[in-house]
Amino acid sequence: MTVLLSVNDLHLAFGEGSEARTVLHGVSFEIERGQAFGLVGESGSGKTTVLRCLAGQYRHWQGQVAMNGEAYRGERSAAHASRAQMVFQDPYGSLHPRHTVRTALAEPLRVQGRDRIDERIDEVLQQVGLPVHFRFRYPHQISGGQRQRVAIARALILRPPLLLLDEPTSALDVSVQAEVLNLLADLRAQHGLTYLLVSHDLGVVAHLCDRLAVMQQGRIVETLSTEALCQGDAQHAYTRTLVAAAEA
Amino acid sequence: MTTSPLLQVEGLQVAYGSTPVVRGVSFTLGREKVAVVGESGSGKTTVGRALLKLLPRQARISAERLQFDGTDLLQAGERDMAALRGRRLSMIMQDPKYSLNPVMSIGRQIGEAMQRGEPMSRAACAERVEALLARVHIREPKRVAGQYAHEVSGGMGQRVMIAMMLAQRPQLLIADEPTSALDVSVRQEVLNLLDELVAEQGLSLLFISHDLNLVKHFCDRVLVMYAGRIVETLAAADLAHARHPYTQGLMAALPSLRHRRAVLPVLQRDAAWSAP
Repeated sequence: MTVLLSVNDLHLAFGEGSEARTVLHGVSFEIERGQAFGLVGESGSGKTTVLRCLAGQYRHWQGQVAMNGEAYRGERSAAHASRAQMVFQDPYGSLHPRHTVRTALAEPLRVQGRDRIDERIDEVLQQVGLPVHFRFRYPHQISGGQRQRVAIARALILRPPLLLLDEPTSALDVSVQAEVLNLLADLRAQHGLTYLLVSHDLGVVAHLCDRLAVMQQGRIVETLSTEALCQGDAQHAYTRTLVAAAEA
Repeated sequence: MTTSPLLQVEGLQVAYGSTPVVRGVSFTLGREKVAVVGESGSGKTTVGRALLKLLPRQARISAERLQFDGTDLLQAGERDMAALRGRRLSMIMQDPKYSLNPVMSIGRQIGEAMQRGEPMSRAACAERVEALLARVHIREPKRVAGQYAHEVSGGMGQRVMIAMMLAQRPQLLIADEPTSALDVSVRQEVLNLLDELVAEQGLSLLFISHDLNLVKHFCDRVLVMYAGRIVETLAAADLAHARHPYTQGLMAALPSLRHRRAVLPVLQRDAAWSAP
C-alpha cells in the first residue's frame, strides 16, 4: 500500500507576538491510498482546521505535508484542486443559491479548461444517484440530502483521489444521513477514493472509516483502528469518554 | 400526581393558508419528560410553538382542546398569553447564540426576567441573579453575570437560558433541541441539569429532539411524529421494540459502534403513514 496523504508535525497559530494563539500543536498522521481516515473531536479541537490547512484555506501553517507523492506547501493551484476536494457540512451554505446544479458543477471544469463538460456532468450526477434532469434545478428546489449529493458531485467532478469531508452528514436527518453514508461508502469502493472525514459523531466515523484519530485542544491524543475502537481497546481517557457518550 | 394532567392537547391542527403542517395531534403531559421526535419538517417544533402561540400571524391554529392547568389556551388572547409565557409556560431554543441579547449583559437579561415576576431592588436582583447562575452550576456567577453572550461558550449559554427560565418558576418547559448545538460532554451536563430541575421543582418537560439515542435514555415517553401527525406513542425504554415501521426505520438507520454494518438500511417511506 502506498501512502496518499502524510501530514507531519503540522503547526498553526493565529495572531502575532504576545497575542499569538497556537491552534494546532504538531499534528501528524498518514492515510494509505483507498483508506478512509476519521478525525474526531469536539468543537474547538482543531479537526476542521486541519482540513482547512490541507484544502489551502489557511496557508501560514508549518510542517510537512505530502499529497499523492508531492510535497504540498499550502498553494491554491489548479493542480491542487484536482488532487483534493472538500465537502462541507451545510450544502445550503456551500452551493451558490442563484446557480443551477449545472452551473455549480461546470465551474470547476471551466476553471481547469476541461472539455466534454455536459457529458462529465451527466456522468457525475449518475454516480451520486441523481436524475440527469436535476442539472436545471436550483439548490432551493431540491431536498437537503439531494443538495449534499450535488456537493459530493461537485467535489468528484475533477476526479481527485482525495476527498476532505467536513461533517458531511451532520446537517441531515438520520434517514437521509444513512443514504449519504451509503453513497460515500459505494463511491470509495468503486473509484478507490481516499477519505479524510471530520466528524463529532463517533458512530458515523466508525461506520465509514478504517482508522481514526482523536483530537483534543489542537493535538492528536490517540490514533487507532476502528476495529480496536469498537472492541473497546481505546487507551486514552478522552477517547473512552467519547465512546461512552456514543454508546449511551 | 393530580387527577387531570397539566397539559391536554386534542386534535391540534396548524395550517399556513391551505397547507396543513400539524394534522390532528393529541397528547397529555403530566409531571414527566415527554419527547417529540421526528425528522425536519415533521411538525415537532410547530407543535411546541403552537402551545405558546409563538407562530407567525399567518398560521391558523385549531384544536378540540388545548388546556393548560385549567386555562383554555385556544380562547386566551395575546394579553393572557403574555401573562402565561415565561411565568408558567417556558421555552428554551436550540442555539443560545441566537436567543440571548447580544448587547445586554447576561446578568441584566436574567434580572429583566426576574423583575417581570416581582419588582425588587437592584442589589436584591443582582444577588438572586448570582444565586440562579450558581444553581445552574456556573462556577463564577459574579463574573459571568457581567459578561455578554459572545463571551461565553455554547454550553454556558444554554445554562444561562435555563437560569433565565428558572427566574420565573414555570410549571411547563418546552425545550426545542436544547442540546443539538452542544458538544457531547457538555450535552450530558445540560441534560443532568434539566433532570435535576424536573425532579426538584416538579417541572413538566416537553423535549423536542431529532436524536433518538438521546431521547431513549433521557425521557419517560416518546411521541413519534411523521408528516404532521403522531404515528406512535411509546415508553422511551421500548424504543428498540417500536411497532411502527417509521420508528423502526429511524432506529435502524443510526450508525452504531456496537453493530457495524456494511450498508445502513435506508428508510422506505410508505404513503399510508401520512394518510388520515
